[in-house]
Amino acid sequence: MSMEEKQNSQTSLDFNQNIFKPTSREEIVEIVKTCYRKNIPLEINGLKSKNKIGRNFQSEKTLDLSDFKGIIDYKPEELYIKVKAGTPLKEIIEELDKNNQQLAFEPNDFGYLFSGQSNSGSIGGVVSCNFAGSRRFKVGSVRDHILGFQGINGKGETIKSGGTVVKNVTGYDLSKLVSGSFGTLTILTELSIKVLPKPETSKTLIIKNPHLKKALDFLGKALSSSTDPSGGVFYPDYFGKDFVLNDLTHDGGLTAIRIEGPTNSVDQRANRLSKELGLLDQELSILDSEQSNIFWSRTKNLEVFKSLKSNLLRIVLPMSETLQVIQKLKNFEIKYFIDWGGGLIWASFDQLNTKILSEIKDTVKKHQGYITLIKVEEDLKASADIFTIDPIKYKISEKIKRSFDPKRIFNPGKMYTGI
Amino acid sequence: MSSLLMPKVDNAIMSKKDKIASDLRGIINSKNVLSNPDELRPFETDGLTAYRQMPLLVVMPETVEEVSQILKYCNENKVKVVPRGAGTGLSGGSMPLEDCVLMAMGKFNKIIEIDYENRCVVTQPCVTNLAITHAVQDKGFYYAPDPSSQIACSIGGNVAENSGGVHSLKYGATTNNLLGIQVVLMDGTVTKFGGKAMDAEGYDFLGLMTGSEGLLGVITEVTVKILKSPEVVKAALVGFPSIEDAGNCVAEIIAEGCIPAGMEIMDKALTKATNDYSKAGYPTDAEAMMIVEFDGTEHEVEAYIQKTKEIAEKNNSSSLKISKSNEERLKFWAGRKAAFPACGVLAPDYMCMDGSIPRGKLAEVLNEISRLSKKYNLPVANAFHAGDGNLHPLIMFDANDKESLRKCEEFGADILKYCVKVGGALTGEHGVGIEKRELMCEAFNDKDIQQQLTIKVALDPNSLLNPGKVYPILRKCAEEGRVHVHGGKTKFPDIPRF
Repeated sequence: MSMEEKQNSQTSLDFNQNIFKPTSREEIVEIVKTCYRKNIPLEINGLKSKNKIGRNFQSEKTLDLSDFKGIIDYKPEELYIKVKAGTPLKEIIEELDKNNQQLAFEPNDFGYLFSGQSNSGSIGGVVSCNFAGSRRFKVGSVRDHILGFQGINGKGETIKSGGTVVKNVTGYDLSKLVSGSFGTLTILTELSIKVLPKPETSKTLIIKNPHLKKALDFLGKALSSSTDPSGGVFYPDYFGKDFVLNDLTHDGGLTAIRIEGPTNSVDQRANRLSKELGLLDQELSILDSEQSNIFWSRTKNLEVFKSLKSNLLRIVLPMSETLQVIQKLKNFEIKYFIDWGGGLIWASFDQLNTKILSEIKDTVKKHQGYITLIKVEEDLKASADIFTIDPIKYKISEKIKRSFDPKRIFNPGKMYTGI
Repeated sequence: MSSLLMPKVDNAIMSKKDKIASDLRGIINSKNVLSNPDELRPFETDGLTAYRQMPLLVVMPETVEEVSQILKYCNENKVKVVPRGAGTGLSGGSMPLEDCVLMAMGKFNKIIEIDYENRCVVTQPCVTNLAITHAVQDKGFYYAPDPSSQIACSIGGNVAENSGGVHSLKYGATTNNLLGIQVVLMDGTVTKFGGKAMDAEGYDFLGLMTGSEGLLGVITEVTVKILKSPEVVKAALVGFPSIEDAGNCVAEIIAEGCIPAGMEIMDKALTKATNDYSKAGYPTDAEAMMIVEFDGTEHEVEAYIQKTKEIAEKNNSSSLKISKSNEERLKFWAGRKAAFPACGVLAPDYMCMDGSIPRGKLAEVLNEISRLSKKYNLPVANAFHAGDGNLHPLIMFDANDKESLRKCEEFGADILKYCVKVGGALTGEHGVGIEKRELMCEAFNDKDIQQQLTIKVALDPNSLLNPGKVYPILRKCAEEGRVHVHGGKTKFPDIPRF
C-alpha cells in the first residue's frame, strides 16, 4: 500500500461502527491493525450461511466480508480461478459453468438446513469450514483444491502462501492449515482454487434396500472397484420419499452410487458395477444425467434436513466403523444418512443433552472418528463442545493460533475455549 | 563444497561429542549410535550430492519411544537434529550439519497394517514408496504418487517433501493421498494427525506437516490411501517439430476436458540421451516428445486416445505411437524414468531443477532456459510434467570444478527466478532444502516468511530441528536471531536479501 492509500484508508475508517463492511484489502488491514492495537475481538462473516456453526463467543465488532467480492482472474486452460474471499460461491459456479468446469469438491449448501432455502455462502466461508460433498473419497476435500491464498493475520499483516500452480512445495502449506480453521487464524482475502472439467455425463445406480449393513457392503465393494464411482450414499426408509423422481418411484430406503465421465465409459462402468454387486433388475433403478444431478444436489444441500428443528451432528469415521457406530446411536432417537461411501454420517437427534452428547462422543472416539455439532439448540450450545480435540492437539493448536493471531482477536473461542 | 552457508557451528556441542554419544547410548541400543568417521561417511549427503557435510553423530532409533527420548534429550541439551529417510531427496533437506545428530530412520522399515476395508496402508516411514504398491498389488490396488525415485525413496521422506510424480495431475501429490501420520515433535511429544477417517478434527496439522521438510517434527508412522488399479492403461508417444507445438497440444488436451493420468514432455537433448540409454524407441529427430497416458475403462481410454491423436495432428505432430501392450507402455516410460542416469552418461554431474510454471508458459520458459544455457556455457536437458506444469531442467556440470559448480548454481537460480516471474513456483515437488533456500525471497516477502518462521518457532522454539533448511539464512529472523555472513560468500550472491 502506498503512503497515500494508507492515509486515505486511515482517515476513512470510522471505528465507532459495530459492523465493518470493507470493500478493499487496505480497509481490512486498517480494521485489524486497530483491533490489534486496542485488543478488540472481531467476528468474521461472509454470507452467514454457516455462521451458526461453532461455539458462541463474545465479540465487540463484526467484520462483514460480503462486499469484498469479485473474480480476480479465471484461467480455464490453466485450471484455476482466483477470487476475493467474500465472493458468493454461486457466482463462482456460474462463471465456471460457462466453460463447462466445476469445483470438484461439491461443497454443502447449509442454507436449507438453517433457513429453509439455498444459501451456499461465500467461498471464504466454504474454505474456512472445509466441508466437502459426496466426491470426497475420490477428489479430496475443499483443502485439496486450494492452490494458494492471501490473508491478513492477527497483527494486520498481509500474508500469502502457495500460488496458482498445482505443484508447489515452496514453504509450509498454509493453505491446508487455514482450510477448516473457521476464521480463527487469518482473515482470508484472496483464494486461488483448482477447477476441473465437468464430467461429460453422470449416472446413478439406485439400489432399493432398507438395510444399513447391506448398504455398507454395496458401498464398500463399489469403492474398491475399478469402476471408479464418485459418490456413494445410503438413505434409510424414512428418507426414501424425499427422492421420488421420474425414474425413481421407489420411496423406501436406498443406496445410491454415482458414476461419472465420458458417456460410453459411464454406461460400461454402470453395467459392470451392477454385475459386480450381483444386483437383480427389480432391485435397481438407474438415474440418467439430469435426474442424477438432482439427486446429488439434494444430498449436497442436506435437503432431508431442510428447516430441521432438532440437532444435527456430522460424524466422520473410518468406513469399517460406521455400522457399529450407527447401531449404538440407535439407542437415541435419531434420523441419519450416510455419505462419502460410508465415511460420513449426518445424524439428527430429537433429544440431545450434555450427557447423551458425551456418550456419543465417547462412542465415536472409540471408533477412531470425531463429531462436529452442526446445528444445536441454543441452551445446549452454551455448554457443549462443538468441536472435539485431544489435549496434545489442543496445546499445539493454541501455539499455532498464537503464531497467526497473538492477541486472539479473530473469532476467539469459536472452535475451542482459549483459541 | 561450494560457498553454502549453514547455521553457525556450536563449539560447545562439538567439544561434548563423546558425552553426547555416551548419553545417547544410554537411551538406545549402543550399536545404533554411530560416531567414528568411517561410519558417518555414508550419511554426509543426500540426493543433492554437490553438497557434503559429515554429521557429529548418527542415531538409528528402532521405536517411536526412542525417537521421542532422543529428541527430548537433544532439545534439553540444545543439540541440532537432522532427520533422514532414504536419503534420496534432491534439495539437500537431509544434508547434515557439522554439529548435528543425524536421525536415520532406516530401521522403521515395516508395513504395519494393510486395511482393504478402509482402503489404506499403515506403515513405518522408511518403507519405500514402491513397496507399498508391491504389498497391495496382488489384490489389484496401488499407491498413486510415484516419484521417479520410487524404488528407493521412503514414504516418510515423501511426506516430508510432499513428493509428486508423473501421475500427480490426475491423482494428486502425497498430501492428497495421505490419511494420517504419527509425529514426534522436537520436545519429544508424540501425537497423531489424522488416521483412517477421511477428515480429522481441528486444524489441519496433517496438511501443515506434509511438505514441511523435517522442520516441524519427525514422522514415525504413515497411513496412506490405496486405490484400485484402473482396468486399462494406455500411453501415446508423440513427436513434435517444435516445443511450441508440444506446448499447444498440452494446453488443448486440458482445454478439451481430458485429464490424463500422466503427461510428460522431453526436449530433443533429453529424448536422445534417454533413448540412447534405455532404447525406448523414442522419435529422436523430434524437437519435443510427449508421453501421454490415460487410464480407466477400455471405452474411456480409447475415446481419450482418439481425441489426443486428433489434437496432436492438429498441432503438427511428426510421429505418434500408441502402446499396444502393457510392456510397450512401460517401455515408453522406461526412458523418461531413466532421465537422470542418462544424463549421468553425458556429463560428470548434473543438477536437477524443479520449477513449476503455468502450462501455457512452457515454450517461453524453455526458450529462456536455452538462452541461459548459452550464456553459462553449460548444456541442459529438459523434462517436464506437462500436465501439472512442473519443469525439471537437468543442468550438466563438473562438481570437481568449482567454477563449473558456481555457474551451475547461478544458472539454476536464474531458471527458478524466471519460473516465479511467469507466475510459477520455486519448487514443484523436490522441496526447498538448502538448494533453493536463498531464493525464497523471490516468491515470498518478509511478512510471508516471518509468518512461516513463527509457526516453526511455535513448535520448535530453539530451532534445533533441521535448521538452515528452507528459510533464508541471511536475514534477521526470529528463528536465528542473528545474521551470519562468512566473508560475504553466499550461495546465489546476486539475490536481494532481507
